[in-house]
Amino acid sequence: MGVSALAQSPTYGIGRTPTPEEVRAWDISISSTGEELPPGHGTAKDGAQVYRAKGCAGCHGAAGVGASAPNLKSKDPTNPDVWARGRILPLRAPFATVVWDYINRGMPLNREGTLTADEVYALTAYLLFINDVIPEDQVLDAQSLPKVKMPIGDKYASLPDWKPRTPRLKGYPY
Amino acid sequence: MGSKRTARREFLKSSAALAGGFTLGSVAPALGAQQAETHPTHPSTPMIKGDKDEIAYGGRSKYETAVRISHPVGGRPSPDQFGLTFHIATPLQDSVGVITPSSLHYVATTRGAFKPDIDPKEHRLMIHGLVDRPLVFTMEDLKRLPSVTRLHFIECAGNRSSRRATNVQETHGMTSCAEWTGVLLSTLLKECGLKGSAKWFVAEGAEEVKGASSMPIAKAMDDCIVAYGMNGEAVRPQNGYPLRLMVPGFEGIFHTKYLRRIKVVDQYYMNYNDFGHLDQDAKVAALAYQIGPKSVITFPSGGQQLPGKGFYEISGLAWSGGGAIKSVEVSTDGGKKWNKAEFRGTPQRMAHTRFAYGWSWDGNQTELLSRCTDDLGQIQPTREQIAKYWNKPYEATFSVPGLDNSIQPWRIASDGSVTNGNA
Repeated sequence: MGVSALAQSPTYGIGRTPTPEEVRAWDISISSTGEELPPGHGTAKDGAQVYRAKGCAGCHGAAGVGASAPNLKSKDPTNPDVWARGRILPLRAPFATVVWDYINRGMPLNREGTLTADEVYALTAYLLFINDVIPEDQVLDAQSLPKVKMPIGDKYASLPDWKPRTPRLKGYPY
Repeated sequence: MGSKRTARREFLKSSAALAGGFTLGSVAPALGAQQAETHPTHPSTPMIKGDKDEIAYGGRSKYETAVRISHPVGGRPSPDQFGLTFHIATPLQDSVGVITPSSLHYVATTRGAFKPDIDPKEHRLMIHGLVDRPLVFTMEDLKRLPSVTRLHFIECAGNRSSRRATNVQETHGMTSCAEWTGVLLSTLLKECGLKGSAKWFVAEGAEEVKGASSMPIAKAMDDCIVAYGMNGEAVRPQNGYPLRLMVPGFEGIFHTKYLRRIKVVDQYYMNYNDFGHLDQDAKVAALAYQIGPKSVITFPSGGQQLPGKGFYEISGLAWSGGGAIKSVEVSTDGGKKWNKAEFRGTPQRMAHTRFAYGWSWDGNQTELLSRCTDDLGQIQPTREQIAKYWNKPYEATFSVPGLDNSIQPWRIASDGSVTNGNA
C-alpha cells in the first residue's frame, strides 16, 4: 500500500526524541514473538505462591474458578473443542505472550504495574499449568514463553484486511 | 432545496394515504380543536439569582432531568468491584440535534466510576516502533500542530436492542456524537516517518490497566485523530482527558482514552483489549471493527406517550462506520411503505445525522421504523434479514451475532403509548 512512500523528513520539528532506555521502560506491548519480554523467569510452583501472596484468590477463587472475577481454569477441560472450554485466558489465548501481557498490564486489581517480571513469568506458568498446557516444573522466561504451544492453535478467525471506504463483510445484508 | 420539496410532496402523499384522504389542511382544525389553556396575559416569572458556580460554569434548567443510566438494563452498580467493564448509556430519547452534551456522552470503563487523575502538564504521548524517528509529544507540542475539528460518533460494540429494553436509551444509548478537535494521527506518524514494514499499530492508555488495542495502520493514515478537544472544551475525564484517540467508525473500545503511547508494528499484537476480539467464526471477526449503517427513531420512542392523533415530526439519528449517511427512510405502517426522511443539518462522515419525517397519526395501532443507507450504498438490515444470513430461525429470542445494526421497530398502541417492537 505504499506506506514507505510516506517516509520523509519531519515537517514541523516538534516533539522530543526519547532515549532508548525511555522507550524500553514505556514499551509494555508484548508481541507473539516475545521480543519485548524483559529478563526474568518463573515456574508454576513459584506462581502458586505468588497467586496466594498477591491475593489473586480473593477475586478468582483458590482454584481459579467460581469466584467473582473471570474463571482462570476451564470447568470443561477435556472438551475437544477448545472454544467450548470457555473464555479462559490461559486456554483461549493463541500465544502464551498474550497471557503474560494481560497479567502484566491488568493485575492485580488496584495494584496494577506492581508485579515484578519474575512474578509475571511465575503467574503465567501457574495458569498454564492448571490448564494442562505446560508441566509444573517448566521454567518460563523470555526464550521459552513464546515457544509454548497453546491449545487453541490456529483455530481462531484472522481479521480480514481493513480498507477505507469498503464494506465490512461481503454478502452481509446491508 | 429540491430534495426538501420532494420529501414534502412525499409526506403529503403519504399522510394522505395513511389517514385516508387527510391532508395538512384538514389536520389543522383538529389541532386547533385541542382544549385551550389559560395563561395570564402578563405572567410574573420568578427570578432565580445566579450563584458563583453557575456564573463560572453554567448548568441546565432544573426542569431538565435527562440523565445517563447503567447499561445493560440492571447492569452492575458503580464502582465496579472487579475491574470489569462498567457502562453508562446516553438518554437519546431526550436528544435534539446531533451533538451529545459531554455530560451525557456514553461511557464504558474498565474500572467503574474511577478515572485516572492526569495532570496535562505531566502527560506525554510517545510514538515509537517501526518509525524512522520515535518522538515524545507534550500537550503543548500537540496544540502547536495543525488541528482538525470534526463531528464523530462513538458507539460501543455492545449497543444492541433486546426484548427486555423498554426505551431507546436501553436499546441504543451506547452511542454518542461529539465535536472532536485534535491532530490527525497521520500528521504525527509522518513527523516520525513510517517504515515500509508498518502494518499495525498498538494504542495504549495511561489508566490503571494500560488498556491497549491493535489497529490497521491504514486506518491510522486515513482519519484517526489524537483529540484533546471535545465539544469546544478539553476532553472530559470520563472520555479520556487529556488525550483520546478517535478512530472514526470503529467500535468504541478502539477509541483509546488517556492515550499515552502508539507503537507501530508489523503484526496484530493481541494486547489486552484484543483478547476480547478473538472470534471463532471468520464472518463474526469480519463484522468487527467497522460499525455498519444504523438508525433509530428517538421521537416517538419506547416509553413515550402520544397525547392524541394529529401531526408529529418523527425524529431520529442515523450513523455508519462506513462513511456519511446518504439517505434515511421512515415507515409508519410497520414496513409496508418506506418514505424518504429529511436531514436536519448536513450528514458528515462517521457522525450522527438527524433525520425527520412529518407524520399524521390517525389514532390507530401501528409500528414506526427507520432505515438508513450510507455513502457506500450499505442499507441497514432488518433482524429477519440478519437471521436469514446466519441461517438461524427468526424468532423473538434471535440475537444478532457481532455488531447489531438492525432496524428498531417502535409500536404505537391506539392509546398513544409507545413500546419496543422487538419485545
